[in-house]
Amino acid sequence: MPEERPVLESTDLIRAWRRVAHEIAESHPDGASVILVGIQRGGVALSKQLGKTLAEIYGHEIMAGSVEPGLHRDDLSQRAMSKLLPTELPGDLTGRIVVLVDDVFYTGRTVRASIDALLGFGRPQCIRFATLIDRGHRELPIRADYVGKNLPTHPEERVEVHTDEAGAPQSVLIKAP
Amino acid sequence: MSWNQKHLLDIESLSAEEIITVLDTAREFKAVGERDIKKVPALQGKTVVNFFVEPSTRTRVSFELSAKRLSADIINFSADASSFQKGESLKDTARTLEALNADVIIIRHKAPGAPHFLARFLNAHVINAGDGAHEHPTQALLDVFTIHEKKGRIEGLNVTILGDILYSRVARSNIWALRKLGANVTLCGPSTLVPRVFEEMGCRVSYNLEEALAEADVINLLRIQHERQRKTMFPSIGEYARLFGLTRSRLALAKPDTIIMHPGPINRGVEIESEIADGDRAVILEQVTNGLAVRMAALYLINGPPSGAL
Repeated sequence: MPEERPVLESTDLIRAWRRVAHEIAESHPDGASVILVGIQRGGVALSKQLGKTLAEIYGHEIMAGSVEPGLHRDDLSQRAMSKLLPTELPGDLTGRIVVLVDDVFYTGRTVRASIDALLGFGRPQCIRFATLIDRGHRELPIRADYVGKNLPTHPEERVEVHTDEAGAPQSVLIKAP
Repeated sequence: MSWNQKHLLDIESLSAEEIITVLDTAREFKAVGERDIKKVPALQGKTVVNFFVEPSTRTRVSFELSAKRLSADIINFSADASSFQKGESLKDTARTLEALNADVIIIRHKAPGAPHFLARFLNAHVINAGDGAHEHPTQALLDVFTIHEKKGRIEGLNVTILGDILYSRVARSNIWALRKLGANVTLCGPSTLVPRVFEEMGCRVSYNLEEALAEADVINLLRIQHERQRKTMFPSIGEYARLFGLTRSRLALAKPDTIIMHPGPINRGVEIESEIADGDRAVILEQVTNGLAVRMAALYLINGPPSGAL
């Protein structure tokens, strides 16, 4: 049985995620061009919660979608396959401000694959990246624009984010190998 | 998600969970096919060989386009143009193809078991694109995908397969897939082409066409396999059409929401009346579109590690 320890409290996580929403709104005052795109699967629930906060800030609904990075990964034959989940976008991304959302930012490979997947749907004005947890150990020159919490980890540990039904972050667990 | 196959040789050796994994995966590939950019890089750098020792256009083209949409390189190698005519054995030809660093060999062959034979000595992944009258797994997978898409389920549905069952690899693969997923399968046609022995596969064999149509949620029509048949199986094409062809008056016996399937190529006026083939209950062309998604799923899944491996 691997050791499991909770590292962050739900109140802290919810505040950090609200702050991320404010940072996004601050750097992109025109909310009408913003599309929040959750990375399957962990980023989708969190992007819902982020969208709710952004709607309060902007005073109108924010466009939202999801992206499945699986078909654009570079490690198909080395990695246990997981179920492909829907890529659903509200339409052509050309000229939009796309904010990719994930729960845990690690090697950067998932973000790279997600960016590639999105570029098949138009030419966004820009793509930004928001993550609840940045656990380090990047393998590609990719960085996050918005970070909820930085969490130092060992590469062999696993980090799990749990959300409630509305997508609000509830807990973060570190699982020892 | 469950997938533990290096090859796709037949439906018989797949579990129900593995069939469902193919269907779930194919659903996402179908969405890829509906985008402006229909190509994903999942199999970039992989080499696929379409090794067709028996003539086929639609299956070959479907595999070719599927591989291309996954960014694999694909070459077509057909028997008439090959060294078979110069006397090379199947084994030597397959080894030669593998020596070109093929990652996947898709084989169609008139001999049942030819794909299984290749899988015993090749390192490449092998996909059966039809082996004699044995199996045609991707056809069955696209058929159950289409049924699931149209009916929302497989379990408990009544599927009538009508026509030449004896010589049909499509029938055998469909029977395996449908039985594993819990459908009730009725086979119907001339008794010479629908022997009672198929009851051992868990099917009902019926020679009462009216009854077999009346209860069906799905009617799957099979072409008469002239190329595999001996002359003695039934008197004439005209008689077959008269006794077993799907006509509008016979279709009137079926439920209003029964769908009509056919693996193609269709023989208008023989197993199916032209108006039905073009009618709104026929899903024949959707089967072709779904074939791409299912073959992409098959190519994608066999190239990954088994789901339990890592």
